[in-house]
Amino acid sequence: MLYALKIAGRYLTASKAQTGLLVLGVAVGVFIFIFMSALIGGLAELILSRTVGDIAHVSIQAEPEVPALLLAGAPLLVQQKSSTTAANLPTAANFIALIESLPGVRAVSPQISGAGFVTHGAQVAQVSINWLMPGRESAIANLDGYVVEGTARLGAGSILIGKRLAEDLNLLLGQSVRLSSTKGIETALTVTGIYQMGAGGPDRRTAYVSFGTARTLFAMPQGLTRVEIKLTDIYAADAMAPQITALTGLTAKSWTVDGAQFLEALSAQAKTGVFLKSFALITIVIGVASALLLSTYRRRPEIGIMRAMGASERFVVLVFVLQGALIGLMGGLLGAALGYAALLPFPAGGQFRTGSLPIDIKQGSYGLAIGLTLLGAILASIWPARSAAKVDPVTAIGQ
Amino acid sequence: MSALVVVQDLVKTFGAGLTETPVLRGLNLTLQTGEVSALLGPSGSGKSTLLTILGTLMQPTSGAHQMLGCDLVRASDSARTAFRNQHIGFVFQFHNLLPDFTALENVIFPAAIRAGRETTVAQARGKDLLARMGLQDRIHFPTAHLSGGQKQRVAVARALMNRPELVLADEPTGNLDRASAGQVMELIAQINQDEGTTFLISTHDEKIAALCARQLVVVDGQVQG
Repeated sequence: MLYALKIAGRYLTASKAQTGLLVLGVAVGVFIFIFMSALIGGLAELILSRTVGDIAHVSIQAEPEVPALLLAGAPLLVQQKSSTTAANLPTAANFIALIESLPGVRAVSPQISGAGFVTHGAQVAQVSINWLMPGRESAIANLDGYVVEGTARLGAGSILIGKRLAEDLNLLLGQSVRLSSTKGIETALTVTGIYQMGAGGPDRRTAYVSFGTARTLFAMPQGLTRVEIKLTDIYAADAMAPQITALTGLTAKSWTVDGAQFLEALSAQAKTGVFLKSFALITIVIGVASALLLSTYRRRPEIGIMRAMGASERFVVLVFVLQGALIGLMGGLLGAALGYAALLPFPAGGQFRTGSLPIDIKQGSYGLAIGLTLLGAILASIWPARSAAKVDPVTAIGQ
Repeated sequence: MSALVVVQDLVKTFGAGLTETPVLRGLNLTLQTGEVSALLGPSGSGKSTLLTILGTLMQPTSGAHQMLGCDLVRASDSARTAFRNQHIGFVFQFHNLLPDFTALENVIFPAAIRAGRETTVAQARGKDLLARMGLQDRIHFPTAHLSGGQKQRVAVARALMNRPELVLADEPTGNLDRASAGQVMELIAQINQDEGTTFLISTHDEKIAALCARQLVVVDGQVQG
């Protein structure tokens, strides 16, 4: 093995220009692999942060009560199921600390929410009214980050609305509005903050109010309507939801229940990445195989001499496989270094700048790129090496 | 002296059907341990084919070939490869050194293959052989920087590296000037005397043949003499 390694190394250093070009070719393939990994990984992260990043990964929502049977006997009298009345989770608050302590849970946001109307002068808009626990305004969506005017902190008599809603109602910071719930309760509030998520729906249809306001509007002296949970790994939601249900007795739902199509799109994007990276690897394998095939052809007389001196077929195979491995290793390391250097100007950890490529330097898959290149180069060298070992020494020496 | 190599009814035919060409036709030969023999004969008489078969680089079409009591016709390819490494040395007409290696690396190549690395013992033996060839100041020279005569002396040293019982030399002086050819033959005689190595030297040169103790002439695929 050691001696075969020495010969392989000598063959590589004997023709430095040729080896340099070959290593550079492999490095370019590795560079593409790493660049694609960082780009596709970054893109996935960007999509996730801009979509799933702002929603609850698991949510506990109160189920509306089953309409009660008002009168027994025939004819039956029933109450129609209400779509506007906020259902109550009377015991949910007791479980907040427990849910927070679960491994994989990043944040928990207890909420009171329901439907209502904002009135400004003669203009009326339907909104979803939400209360978020103070200090947890950005637990699910980064509300603090989205505030463009005023503050996300809500006190008594204040309301935080989306920029679209403010535009629709010609509202400015500090102006008053009237907010009425579906319970028919109305209150006057002052706009203390305007946010912009960049999504039309929330920016136009969601308003945030203080705890006291929410309780008053929905006539809910106790309990919650919803608990939103954010996880460190969004793909763990399917496993986490039944776990929370089992622990609390409340019905927890994973985001994937309503996000199957989005998951499918993410999966398709990941597959595209695998294909692109596979093509880069195939290019490396073909490059190494063809270069080694040429090398073995050029060295046929030497292979014949080695065989005449008593070198076994296995030894000859080992020499050329090691040559391929050295090329793969050098090309892999060089390509990884070049890839890392090229990705350095991009911000790390998904801090993407608007308008720039969504590249995440941490997702370059450097080790994987080097490992796969080494493996690919070894596999690519087996065929040329085996054909070299089959060289007839008499014919080869005669060349 | 005892018989080192015994060949009986050796037949080698190339091609098949209309292109079938018999080269060796029932050749018989015995080489005694420690003798230096010249193999003479016109071009195409089968000298090189015989050397190739004796060197286990080629299998005969039929016949028996034994060396050191081993049946080399029935032996597997890997067994013949190992046997060749251990017991047979080659000197070719065109030195056939590995061009990217130094003189010493070329000489110790057969030993390094056997051991899997370049041992200090092999390096000492290699240096000693090169010194005996008068190349002590060329030990670490790349072979490309050596003259034709020097390359051939390196090739002789390489052939002797594993202390083989038999060295097969195919026109070892054919590509050398008279002085270099004389040097190589002197070395062969000296090694034969010092180590008792058996040499079979294929040559067209009557003067070279005359330096050998025995002359074998191959005519029409058979040995005469």
